[in-house]
Amino acid sequence: MLILHCPYCGVDAEETELHAGGEAHLKRFGPGSSDADFESYLFGRENPKGVHFERWRHVNGCGKWFHAARCTATLEVFGTYSAQVLEPPQDIRDAITAKRPGWSWRDIQ
Amino acid sequence: MRRYSAFAIAREAARYHSGWERAWASPEPKKKYDVIIVGAGGHGLATAYYLGKNFGITNVAVLEKGWLGGGNTGRNTTIIRSNYLQDTSAAIYEKARSLYETMSQDLNYNVMFSPRGVIMLAQTEHEVRGYQRTAHANALQGVKTEFIGPQRVKELVPIINISGPRYPVLGGLWQERGGTARHDAVAWGYARACSDMGMDIIQKCEVTGVRREGGKVVGVDTTKGAIDCDKLGLVVAGHSGVLADMAGFRLPIESLALQALVSEPIKPCMDVVVMANTVHGYMSQSDKGEMVIGGGTDGFNNYTQRGSFHHVEETVRALVETFPMISRLKMLRQWGGIVDMTGDRSPILSKTPVEGVFVNCGWGTGGFKSIPGSGWAMAELMAKGHSPLAEEFGLNRFAEGRFIDESVAAGVAH
Repeated sequence: MLILHCPYCGVDAEETELHAGGEAHLKRFGPGSSDADFESYLFGRENPKGVHFERWRHVNGCGKWFHAARCTATLEVFGTYSAQVLEPPQDIRDAITAKRPGWSWRDIQ
Repeated sequence: MRRYSAFAIAREAARYHSGWERAWASPEPKKKYDVIIVGAGGHGLATAYYLGKNFGITNVAVLEKGWLGGGNTGRNTTIIRSNYLQDTSAAIYEKARSLYETMSQDLNYNVMFSPRGVIMLAQTEHEVRGYQRTAHANALQGVKTEFIGPQRVKELVPIINISGPRYPVLGGLWQERGGTARHDAVAWGYARACSDMGMDIIQKCEVTGVRREGGKVVGVDTTKGAIDCDKLGLVVAGHSGVLADMAGFRLPIESLALQALVSEPIKPCMDVVVMANTVHGYMSQSDKGEMVIGGGTDGFNNYTQRGSFHHVEETVRALVETFPMISRLKMLRQWGGIVDMTGDRSPILSKTPVEGVFVNCGWGTGGFKSIPGSGWAMAELMAKGHSPLAEEFGLNRFAEGRFIDESVAAGVAH
């Protein structure tokens, strides 16, 4: 079972305590944007086989949203971090680099 | 190819079964093919088969990174039905179901199609109204279904508990000609027929790159070397996004794990397929006597082809109330497959931004039932450039907001 550390309440929560919220760090395109950007915001997903940044909600716990960095090919968790950021923090990137040198995700490296 | 028949069994019995041929050849790849299909699962092989049968295109290679039918084709719960709400879906799924009716004869291979009937249980008032609506839609689409009351459900499924306290059975959507088939046999039958037409099925050959020149596909790089082609069909289910990335475009899909399990074999007790969408589980009994049980997908992106035990518990817990007798059964085994989910839970059969590359993906949790229809439409799309059955399943529907919304219509894995 997947176990993620909730960065808000500090609990190591099991999967059944959490709700997956899909890909993280999506850039929102609203009214006035091009059709291609809007489509990409709504439906375009990285869906990588490897390093993936995603949103989770500690739904049966503190109720807060947070971010996780995880490998979709091995289910290894690299770390979790605050939802109040636009990009993964440096310590998370370093943790990933230690395990997966040369990784990249969209324009994040 | 020697045909299979009662006579062939008698002939081989008389000579110690020494004359059976290999069902399909395993050649080394040639330098160039007219068409390369990536993925030797049901959909890929069906595409190749109908390219040959309907359009006479037989200079075709089907590449498979693992073994034939070893992906989702060998991992599903083998349910076949076509009781969809939207006209576009009903058309392709009913085409598939009708092709299943005659598949054993067409392929000269027993796929054990068993039109035993499929019931989708209505366990809330909302579902009753939803399925009555679907039954009316199906009547207009020419798909034979009917809404039946709880007593009829009990007659069809004696082991069911229709007066469960939380989720009583209020009725069901009954498709008499739905059912099951032997999933491996579907892949094997298509492979044998494709091989007989002179197509090359190349296993343990992983595609590692898609070669393009001037926006047009010219071939693929594989673990068995480079192979040239004029047209390329990507029919790889869970790994569609990975292949699309090699070809330089993105797909609006996410890959999730879907799992199933079987119980220990027991005597025959249920001769129809039952789907309980409110509690999110479905069950049928295999010819070996195992209860075949499926549930929903995991919620997060996953490429590991593994299930998780708490999902097994969720699925079984839900079904036990409706089928009390399964509470004492032991689980024999469970497994997972990777499904590619689109936003509207309908498949993608489409041309792509790369000329000569076609995709057939996004079947999500409902791939097995659609194999022949999917292959039929994909072959037409690849041979002629357009196909009436595939037309509305194009990639452009996401930009145009023209969804074929079965996630709301089915409300569940389908």
